[in-house]
Parts: sequence; C-alpha cells; structure tokens
Amino acid sequence: MTAAPQKTRPGPAPIDVIVRDIVPLNELVTRFEFARADGSAFPPFSGGAHTVIEMQDGDILRRNPYSLMSDPADNSHYAISVRRDDAGRGGSLFMHNKVKIGDKMRLTYPVNLFALDLRAKKQLFIAGGIGITPFLAQIKQLAKTGGNWELHYSVRSHNVGSYVDELTAHYPHQTHIYYDEEKNFIKLDELLSGQPLGTHVYICGPKGMIEWVHDTANKMGWPEQNVHSEEFKAPDPGKPFSVTLSQSGKTIEVGETQSLLEAIEAEGIDAPFSCRAGACGQCETTVSQCDGTLIHNDHWLEDEEKAAKTKIMPCVSRFEGNTLVIDR
Amino acid sequence: MSKRMQEALKFMSKFQFPDSIKSRPVYGTLAPRAGASHLFVADAEGAEAILDVAKQDPSIMARAHIIYIPKATGTTYSDKLAALKPAQLYIGPSYAAAVPRLRRVLSDMQMNTQVYLTGTEGLMGQAQNEAMDAGIPHEFIQTEHRGSVARRMQCVHCKGITEDVMTDPFECSHCGLNLFVRDHYSRRLAAFQGVRVDAEDPGNVPEKVELYK
Amino acid sequence: MTINFNKETFRGDYSFHNSEWAIKRFPFPFHEDSYMYSVNMEQHSGGPAGSVFENRFDVDEHYVSEMEDRAMVLDEDPLRCQSLPHMTLAGWDLLELIMVSKSEDYPDLFQLYRDGDKWRWVNKPLGIDDSFTFLDETTLPYGPMEYITRQAQGDFCVLDQRNDNLWMDAGMVTTQADWSLDFDIGMNFFEWHAPVPLAHEMGIFQRALKFLLAVKQGAPARRLNWTMTVNPLLDTSPENYHKWGVQKTTLTPENIGKKQHLRVELQSFFRLPRSNGLVFPIRCYLIAFEDLVTVPKWGRRLHRVVRDLPVELATYKGFIDNRPLMLDYLSQYDDGLPTSPGVFPDLDSEPPLAK
Repeated sequence: MTAAPQKTRPGPAPIDVIVRDIVPLNELVTRFEFARADGSAFPPFSGGAHTVIEMQDGDILRRNPYSLMSDPADNSHYAISVRRDDAGRGGSLFMHNKVKIGDKMRLTYPVNLFALDLRAKKQLFIAGGIGITPFLAQIKQLAKTGGNWELHYSVRSHNVGSYVDELTAHYPHQTHIYYDEEKNFIKLDELLSGQPLGTHVYICGPKGMIEWVHDTANKMGWPEQNVHSEEFKAPDPGKPFSVTLSQSGKTIEVGETQSLLEAIEAEGIDAPFSCRAGACGQCETTVSQCDGTLIHNDHWLEDEEKAAKTKIMPCVSRFEGNTLVIDR
Repeated sequence: MSKRMQEALKFMSKFQFPDSIKSRPVYGTLAPRAGASHLFVADAEGAEAILDVAKQDPSIMARAHIIYIPKATGTTYSDKLAALKPAQLYIGPSYAAAVPRLRRVLSDMQMNTQVYLTGTEGLMGQAQNEAMDAGIPHEFIQTEHRGSVARRMQCVHCKGITEDVMTDPFECSHCGLNLFVRDHYSRRLAAFQGVRVDAEDPGNVPEKVELYK
Repeated sequence: MTINFNKETFRGDYSFHNSEWAIKRFPFPFHEDSYMYSVNMEQHSGGPAGSVFENRFDVDEHYVSEMEDRAMVLDEDPLRCQSLPHMTLAGWDLLELIMVSKSEDYPDLFQLYRDGDKWRWVNKPLGIDDSFTFLDETTLPYGPMEYITRQAQGDFCVLDQRNDNLWMDAGMVTTQADWSLDFDIGMNFFEWHAPVPLAHEMGIFQRALKFLLAVKQGAPARRLNWTMTVNPLLDTSPENYHKWGVQKTTLTPENIGKKQHLRVELQSFFRLPRSNGLVFPIRCYLIAFEDLVTVPKWGRRLHRVVRDLPVELATYKGFIDNRPLMLDYLSQYDDGLPTSPGVFPDLDSEPPLAK
C-alpha cells in the first residue's frame, strides 16, 4: 500500500523495568516482581499471557519467555516465577544468581498463546510444577468475574510446592494438590469423565504431562477444541552449524546450546520473534539455499513446508549439512 | 423391497453437493467414535446413516439415544431403528416438537459425548446449534447429509426463515419478496441467505429453476 | 485542532459534501494504475501530518453527522449492533482503546478522567459528559461496545481469537459495503469472507489470517479496501438492498460526477489486551467523482484502474453495469500522462490535465 511507508518493526517497543522485589519461594523457585522504570502503569493483559525477558549475561544476550503470574487487573507491577534449572542453558541460573533488586531489565509487551476460552461453562486447569504460573493469573482474573474453575496441581513434594499454601487458603474448594512424593497422582480418567458440556481443559507443565492429557482426552472422546496446552521449552541443543545471512552476506556460527535466532540476534540483527518456542510463527524465515538437512523442531510450519526446505523457524530449529542461506 | 431397490435408494438419498464457497457447510460420513454416550438426531432418510454406523459398531447402541423424525418416510425405518436396541429411541412428528426433549437431554450430557446428525440440511443445522449452545464445538459434531436437498433460507430483508426451499428464486414466506438463493450460509441461523432478486430492476423476476439442476 | 463539523445527510436529500480539506486528505487507495488483491498490511503507527493515517482513530468534518446517521440506522434496525455474551470484556477493551486514543489525539474534543475504575468521559462534539465504573455494565446506558461505537466513525468488528482462527462474535455495523452482521455473526475469518471471488484461491486469506493472529498489543496494523457507491449512502446494507439497489440505475452522464462515489475503507487491526481479542475498525470515506478528479493524478489513475479491473471484481463490487458510464466520464480526466507510484497526490509536481 505504501500509504505511509515505515520500517516494519518486529513488534512494539520493549518495556523498561526495574526489579522491585525478589522472593524465593523454595529451593527451586523464585518470584521476580517488576515496576516500570518510568513509574507509569503496565499495559493490561489477559491471564495466560507471557512476556519475554531480555537479560544481558556478560557477552550473551538472553531472551526467555515467562508466564505473567500477577493479577491482570493490577497494573502497578508484573510478576514472574522462575524455576532454577542447573542443567539448562543458563537463563534461570542468571535470574537466580545474578539479578538483584534495583536492576534494570527489558520486557516485551504481553502476548497470549494460552488464552481462556471465554465461552466455557467450566475451566479445568491441570498444572505440573512450574506450569502453575499462567494459571495464577487466570485464577485471579476468574475470581473477579465469578467464573467456574477448578485446579488440579501436581508437585514433586511439599518442599517445592510453589503457591500451594496461597491457593489452598484462598480457594480451598477449587484447588486439588497432588504430591509425587506421596505417590499421589492426578486420576486423569476419573477427572475427564463426568465433566459437564462446555468444560475446557488447560494443561501447563512438562511435555510428558501435556501429551498424557491430550492423548487421554482424545481416547475418551473429548473434542480437541476443548483441550488447550502451553509448554515452555528451551530450544533443543544440537551440533554447531554455519549459516549465511543473505541480506548482509555474513556467515555466522550457531553454537551447540545457542538457537539460530539467538545467533542472528548476537550479530545485532533485529529479527522478528514472539514466543521463542516454535508455536506462534512470528520468526518464520525464508531459506534461499539448503544443502543439507533442516531439523524442524517447531509446531508452526505445515508438513509440506517442512519438506520443501523453503522455510525455517529459527527460534527452535537447526541445520546439519554443508550450506544454509537464509533471508535475514 | 428388493435388495437392488434398497441399494439404489441408498445411492439416491446421498446427494453430491457441488463445490462451493467457504461458508457453505460440507457434510461427511458418520463413523462410530469413542465416547461415554452417543446422541443421534435424524430425519427421513437420515435413518440409513444411523443403520450404517450401527453396523460398524453395534456396541455403541447400548449407550445411544436416537431422536428420529420420519417425515414422509412413514414407518419405513422405525422398526429397523428399534431393532438396533438403542438405550433410548424417540420417534416424533416434527423437529420443532423434538426440541424441548433435545435440549433436556443435552443439558445432562458430559464432555465425552458423541453427537451424530443426519438427514436434511435444515435439521442438521438446527440440531447442531442446540448442541453448540450446550457446549459442544461444532467442528466435533458429525454430520452426514441424506435425503432432500431443500434449504432453509433467511430473507436478509425481513429476517424471516422460509423452510424447504427448492427453487431459485423463491418467495419469502413472511414478506413476499422474490429472493435469489445464495450459497452464503450462517451456522448460527442454520440457514442460507436470500436476497431480493429484482432490487435493481423491480418486477423483473427470472423463471424459477430447481436447485442443483 | 478545530474541526468545523458538517451538517449533512447520508440519505434522502444526500446533502453530504467534502470540503477542500477533506478532498485533499482523502485516502485514495491505488498506489499504481491497476488493482488486484494483496495482503497489503502495514503498521498503523502514524502517518503524514494532517493525513487520515496520522491518528489511531481519525476524526473529520463528517463526525457529528455520521453519528446521527448511525443512530437512525440503529433505531430502524437494532440487529446492526450485536455482541455474543462472551464478548463483553472485549467491548470494555474497545471502549478503553477508543477513549484513551481519542482523548490523547484530540484533547480539545475528547477528555478522559480516570480515578481507579471510576471514569469520566467528555465528548464535546456530541455533547456527552458521562461518568461510569469501568467493567460495570450497569453504569453505562448501553453495553460498552455499543456505547463507544455510537461515538466513533466507521464500523467495528470485534473478533474472538480461538483455535488459530478469528471469529466475528460482536460488531457495530451500519456503514458496511453490502454485508450483514446479523447473518455473519459467529462466522470465522474464512467463512465471513466466503463470498469474495478469486481471493481464496490466491491464498490471500490464509496469509492475512496468519498475520492478524500475530498482531500484538501496542503494534496495530492497517490496510485500505475500496468499492463504489451511487449517492453518498453509508448504509449500503443487504438488509436495505431492496431499497438502495435501484439507485444504481439512476446514473446519467449529467449526474454521474455528483452521484458516483468512490468508497474507501481504512481498515485497522488492534489487539485487545484483557480479552485477547482483535478489533477490526472499518472506517468509510466517500468522495464524489467530480471532487476526486480535481486531483489530476487520481483522475488519471482511477480511470485506468476501473477500465482494467477483472470482471469478477467489478461484478462483486457491484458496479459492472455502470462501468461503461463511469469510463465515459473518467476518460475525460485521463490524458495518458504517467502517474507516480504511491497513493498521495503530488500537488506541487504533477502536471495539470492536458486535455
């Protein structure tokens, strides 16, 4: 159209924040609360939304998505909870070990890939471990509107049951906790029988738990439109590889635990992104030359597109072979 | 009836709708699916599709509720449906009369209920709405067209619905305007759209042509 | 900024008229001498000063009269504004979006005072001064979507985002180019676009949907669409087609300059934060042919676009029968000189009509 030509940005400008509080909950999980650097109100959001936090860890610029767990109606602060992963790529360790109250950071505007279906007559939440975080925001939202909801929350042990006390105190009738250490597990077959029409199920937790619920619901005859899940997984590591960026002609290296997107960003290139987990399509990049194998780890491209080797999702996917040229 | 006639009738009652626009519903073939209970709503020749499903998996009948409106087919199918031994069988005089029962049955149903609709487009569209209002997503409701290809049409001008339309153009049974038949379909209204055919040249109404001819 | 609001009608005696200011800022939609569908989205973040793109919700001289026309349409047919029950939260999102945007972009005309959830909204051109509680429908005279869209130009489609699709579950639709909210409400993106010829096969809607699903809060997008209307009639609805359709047959070589209007839709797309829905405002601008051709570039270009438009599009846009008359008129304003790329007139540099 070129009615008013302007450079297309990957999205709105990030939000400058300062860390206003750090609250360790247990040996694994710590809550971080942010205030806006300029003191203004945060944008409102819908429960289930996440933000991507930008962290400068020495030379490495990290960007990790985290669910917003704060009350969507409270625009004085945003809060996330981070589970320390000693075997991970370093983002959670950075948050736990390096971030201090008063530090400056940047967050993206909230994006929601795990929204509530507002037509539901009942919302059924199934959480595993740190997967509780999006539900915390959704529960606060539903508590205000008087929505019908129920939570089934599986934790490893009493020691690492984040927010269990708060949830059982405020919502004793809707909250059901299961402790792995007591061999107390969610009885999924029972839970998914007898739910009234109009029930929607939401799962957030480890990949295995998500697959288990989807498979069981499917076998029992639930419509897939009523089963929603979100998984935050770090990009799979893989063999390092080279890639040529056709817009500049530069060839760069992608490290073993570094994603292609991160390698592009490390060059100072402003590539579009959103979820950074292969689900939303924002980082879709054209492949102009591929002499090798594209390792597609995303949930976005169609099978034909993956086979055609003309597109790649750099936030999670990788390459093995001789030459890869992409349009960035 | 001879076996040959039965096969011929079956072939005739399932119409091949021509390709059309994206809002026009496309019907499938009913298949038994896993579920705690099974609800069938059918009219006229739709009974044949229920019989086909039962042949594939007779066991679902023990948990099946069949709501059936024979219309002009009289008693052709009622005994055959009864012979399937469904948990509940209702044979009623009209869809409208069956609606209170359908709503009551849906209000008790659970998420892993399978819904199968078969027969005319009008019946399937309206029953689908009842199931959607109760909380079943429309993508999950199975449909199979059988029998008459007559359409439910909404007059976009007066909003009245004219049932059993078989010609293009047709007269709105409420306001009397001559309307042409569009393929644009509203799931919510369970009807196709009718628009005044002589709006730009009042009085110039084309000859009626039978649908799909 | 001061705007002199017209006192004009969009029906009956059709006293609608564009001032010189309105003509010069008209959103001419063609950036080249031909037209075909494209996913012509761009960021909606400002534009040249004084243009219709500058502010989030453009207010012009037609504001007051358009809102009066809307009220009349709704009195005659309340079904033009509907909201399925789960869309009320999205309605509040829209109310906030419009109130915040307009009070910031036009502080002389609109003011918003907020104290927690106690809000006060002042709309000077319409003489409104209402206090209410945000998120409490009982404190407003209408539902939130209806309340605020009765005060905003253009149609508003409020879309629910579910299952990787967009669903038209609420809307205020009184200035539409021949489609019915009452019929389409509840449809998804592909279904409500079903009647558009050619575009589905071109993959336009698949690409557009992918783009729209990803529109983020704080980063709205926009595009232009267009059609033709005889007489400056905003309410070209299917519901009233049996009344306005016949107006298309009243064109003559003598009256076509005055009666034939190019109708341009400035469409925008905003993410709604609390509901995660998407609002799709469709702002309608009308210009009579005789006013449009006062800009030489536009006169030249419109002739070429109309002449070469595929017959399916001209039919779908409803002017196939009048095309010959339109071309007879427009060809007078096409001297064959080249036109510059882009939609804006080059008033200082383009040559006057050489005929």
